[in-house]
Amino acid sequence: MDANLKSLVLENSNDIVKMWLEEVQSSKNQEYTSTISDELFESTNREFVNVIFASIEKQGLSSELDDFSERLINLGWPLSYLTDGMQVFRRVTIDFILSQSDKVDSEYLSRVMQKVDAWVGPIINRLVNEYSGSWEHIVSLQRVALQELSAPLIPVMENITVMPLIGTIDTERAKLIMENLLDGVIKHHADVVLIDITGVPVVDTMVAHHIIQAAEAVRLIGSTCILVGIRPEIAQTIVNLGIDLTKFPTKSSLRKGFQSALELTNRKIVTTEEKDESIEKLIDSLDGE
Amino acid sequence: MDFQSCVNIKKEWDIVGARQLGRDIAKKIGFGTVDQARIATAISELARNIYLYAGSGKVCFEAIDDMNHKGLSIIAIDEGPGIEELSQVMEDGFSTSGGLGAGLPGVKRLMDEFDIVSEQGKGTEIKVVKWLR
Repeated sequence: MDANLKSLVLENSNDIVKMWLEEVQSSKNQEYTSTISDELFESTNREFVNVIFASIEKQGLSSELDDFSERLINLGWPLSYLTDGMQVFRRVTIDFILSQSDKVDSEYLSRVMQKVDAWVGPIINRLVNEYSGSWEHIVSLQRVALQELSAPLIPVMENITVMPLIGTIDTERAKLIMENLLDGVIKHHADVVLIDITGVPVVDTMVAHHIIQAAEAVRLIGSTCILVGIRPEIAQTIVNLGIDLTKFPTKSSLRKGFQSALELTNRKIVTTEEKDESIEKLIDSLDGE
Repeated sequence: MDFQSCVNIKKEWDIVGARQLGRDIAKKIGFGTVDQARIATAISELARNIYLYAGSGKVCFEAIDDMNHKGLSIIAIDEGPGIEELSQVMEDGFSTSGGLGAGLPGVKRLMDEFDIVSEQGKGTEIKVVKWLR
């Protein structure tokens, strides 16, 4: 009987396809496919239903299914289009089989349902897996990209290094900051490290704790850590929280921090003699002759 | 914005979500940047406590708009182990996790009203209010 059902469905595939297309077309008004052009929607529907039949005919998952789902993922079609389509296919096929059979008892009904489920189930699973796999891939790529951005270290001058921090600091990132900071201090022979927190939206006790620990670790390897970029509102919340930052120097801006870093390394910014003035002097001396 | 909006805290990133929602609501009510930072920090502390000690819970926000004053009320609820000694956690420098121990007393100083109810084995509920001046 199982083989009968299959041949029944395959022989009458045209009718089923027609019913399926009608149902799916009518659901086009739903939000997620309303931006897609009619021709594309129709051709994709036809392709989809052909792929479904190909899978049933081959008694398994076909490479067409993989190609098809991969293309839809790349085009950004919603997963709900595919799952809805499969549900409609299940409903239509069961309806069709029942309308074709003369005796319908509960046993027959359950066998039909089981059979159709066995066709539809693996396809749905495969499609959902393909989609979630592609999402997981994107998320993991973005995580790597974020990680690369999370704790940059810039050696701006001999012995002076800057670490600009932007965005939220979580435990994982705090660990990275600590590692990169210490590695960088050794690698660049930095005497002074400036940690810039201008871009950190909220400094709570956890963030402060991690920064204090990092600064303490930097002190242990013989360098000085200056915390810069403390905005007025952050300064107030730090005071309210009662966090003790007296152990290491802080400055309001990166510029001020850089100046004190220069002082710590026995250097200072010297303005070179103004060029205009020297040229004028030269002209004056020429005039004199 | 009178209705209560809640953020479930289950992962570390939910803390950021709670903070952002709280900051948005605070901005809508009309808090200045300093108070927004205070509120965001307080939410961060409360949400982190839930994440660290209770595992999961939620942070709810409610805009208060009475005849004479406006403000933001934040309620952090969890069903964690509860707090053993309330007076101890309100002391500066007390921590069971090796942190700074400035969280709860800090939140109390950041906000205008602070109310804590905790029952061992049942959970903790902290309600804080910031008034708009």
